[in-house]
Amino acid sequence: MSGWDKFVETFFNAKVMWKYLPDILSGMVVTIELALLIVVTGLGAGLALALLRSLAIRPLNWLIVFVVDLFRSLPPLVIIVLMYFGLPYAGPAPSGFVSTWLSLAFVLMAFSEEIFWAGITSIPKGQWEAARSTGLSFGQTLFNVVLPQAFRLTIPPLTNRTIAITKGTALGTVVAVTEILGQASSAMSNSYNPSPLMMGAAAYVVLFLPVVVAARWIETRFAWKR
Amino acid sequence: MATNHIVDARAIHKHFGTLHVLKGVDLKVDERELVFIIGPSGSGKSTLLRCLNRLEEPSSGAIVVDGIDMLDPKTDINHARRRVGMVFQSFNLYPHMTALGNVTLALRKVAGKGRAEAEALGRAALERVGLAERADHTPGQLSGGQQQRVAIARSIALEPRVMLFDEPTSALDPELVGSVLEVMRGLRESGMTMIVVSHEMGFARNAADRVVFMDDGLIVEQGPPAAIFENPTHERTRAFIGQIQRH
Repeated sequence: MSGWDKFVETFFNAKVMWKYLPDILSGMVVTIELALLIVVTGLGAGLALALLRSLAIRPLNWLIVFVVDLFRSLPPLVIIVLMYFGLPYAGPAPSGFVSTWLSLAFVLMAFSEEIFWAGITSIPKGQWEAARSTGLSFGQTLFNVVLPQAFRLTIPPLTNRTIAITKGTALGTVVAVTEILGQASSAMSNSYNPSPLMMGAAAYVVLFLPVVVAARWIETRFAWKR
Repeated sequence: MATNHIVDARAIHKHFGTLHVLKGVDLKVDERELVFIIGPSGSGKSTLLRCLNRLEEPSSGAIVVDGIDMLDPKTDINHARRRVGMVFQSFNLYPHMTALGNVTLALRKVAGKGRAEAEALGRAALERVGLAERADHTPGQLSGGQQQRVAIARSIALEPRVMLFDEPTSALDPELVGSVLEVMRGLRESGMTMIVVSHEMGFARNAADRVVFMDDGLIVEQGPPAAIFENPTHERTRAFIGQIQRH
């Protein structure tokens, strides 16, 4: 047997792959569910915080900045572990799935708040003044004039962050979430063969490559001629 | 407060921190009058203008525009601002909208017009500034002069009682200034009340009813353009007029 054949036999073992394909597929479903929940709630909460911050209520803004900085500096794994193993001592005992979802949603909320906020503050003051001088209210100006321009600036950093954080769903393995990596590593230890891990890697590419392509499409779609 | 002036500002003071920018300014403007405000930079011209529609909050004083007390907390300021159009030095068009979109936004959101009516009014306003055929262009596709004319259309579409111009031609290349002044002249002929902060002395000379000279937060003197330009009574006015005429 040549070196190449041994390599394929070890990492791309057809028999092992076929056996564990259903596990990897069910892992993909869990990862998709987790990722969608994280993206929707994380970005939604981040945008809500940025909008609250634009009201310029000082004590509220201190609180927002504190929460955002906290979740930006803590490693996501620490948050997941604290929520899963620590929170039960205080009462609520979230499942591994819920712990992973909420932890990563908080992290995405924190990063996306900063990105949305940077987008909002980068819009020149003259845009606000022109809109307000025609009688538009603060809210009408924010939603019709400022946010459409801010979103366009936030799309590239936002998609990068979103992809990075949703890949963090793999951290769910430590709290027994049966997502792609969890399925792959238990299959690997059951079969004494790393082929399931390769399948897991392929699953991530299948999931995230379309997201990257879609992000690029959105970026060109939202660009306007200056 | 009884007044027969369309703009009646009294004893306006404005502080920015320790800086005293307006030191008790009175400005009364009659209907259909074109008032030119001139003065050195930092004299408070723009701040005064921005106080009139409360883009800037005066520290004290009283401002009545078209019978509305602009500083009364009970006044719906968004409603009041519809009567006071403003044109900015840097145009401030919304870059993500077409010219027509810029003009119709407030018509729909503030004046409550339906889409079709807003677009008809918007096209009419663009027609008045000579840009009907540019309705579907975005600001990035327009020259500076065209952008400023769209900005004027955005204001006049709301049928304001007073128009404020804050250095409307200062950011324009010299060859584009004329088209904007032409639109302003047309507005004046249609009877619009206008308050203009600008250094376009030629325009002031043949279009203004009154020239107001400000320095150091106060109105130093005011009068018909001929009187201010030919026979200023104050030393500071004389020095300023002399300086700008040398250029």
